[in-house]
Amino acid sequence: MGKFDQEFDGSGLNCPLPILRAKKALSPMASGQVLHVIATDPGSVKDFESFCKQTGNHLLESFEEGGKFHYLIKKA
Amino acid sequence: MKKLAIIATKGTLDWAYPPFILASTAAALGYEVQIFFTFYGLQLLRKELNLKVSSLGNPAMPMPMPVPVLMQALPGMESFMTMMMKKTMKAKGVAELGNLRELCQEADVKFIACQMTVDLFEFDTKDFISGIEYGGAATFFEFAGESDICLYI
Repeated sequence: MGKFDQEFDGSGLNCPLPILRAKKALSPMASGQVLHVIATDPGSVKDFESFCKQTGNHLLESFEEGGKFHYLIKKA
Repeated sequence: MKKLAIIATKGTLDWAYPPFILASTAAALGYEVQIFFTFYGLQLLRKELNLKVSSLGNPAMPMPMPVPVLMQALPGMESFMTMMMKKTMKAKGVAELGNLRELCQEADVKFIACQMTVDLFEFDTKDFISGIEYGGAATFFEFAGESDICLYI
């Protein structure tokens, strides 16, 4: 997994909370910085793809490891 | 900026979720969002949310065990169903409704309460959260007419 600047652990949260909280975590970050999001909601895989597509942020990585979903999002 | 307009007409615990979930998510995606609360939807604006869910007239509601319809009408069943639903939601990590509503307000989702229904049911606006606008159908269309998505819930 690549490097990141901030981390948000949304384990146990369900739709739409992982997206809403990730968005909140991204807000104070500078353009180009990377947020690492951890989630357990299986729906978040498709949702983070869509979130990034619509907000212009870059989804650098998306993978599952140990029953958790990990995302690296580079702020636009 | 894309716009989403929602009309919220239902006041039960289950139906309270779609407007707030969609509004908060759309706001996170960069949409400008307005929700127009009318009829029973006004219950979603109370400071003290005391929404209930009923299995009566809702045969699709999943139940832990089958309960005959006549039994479902017994006193206390509605409160029991509501308690069970809240418990399940909490266990599954579904957001608490008041929390979701706050997230909407933080994200500048505009809430408009139908003045006509407030008068009709003689609701006291002091019981509603702050930051609401009061208006009628014409107020709704001012925003809805320009919206990209318009939902009736």
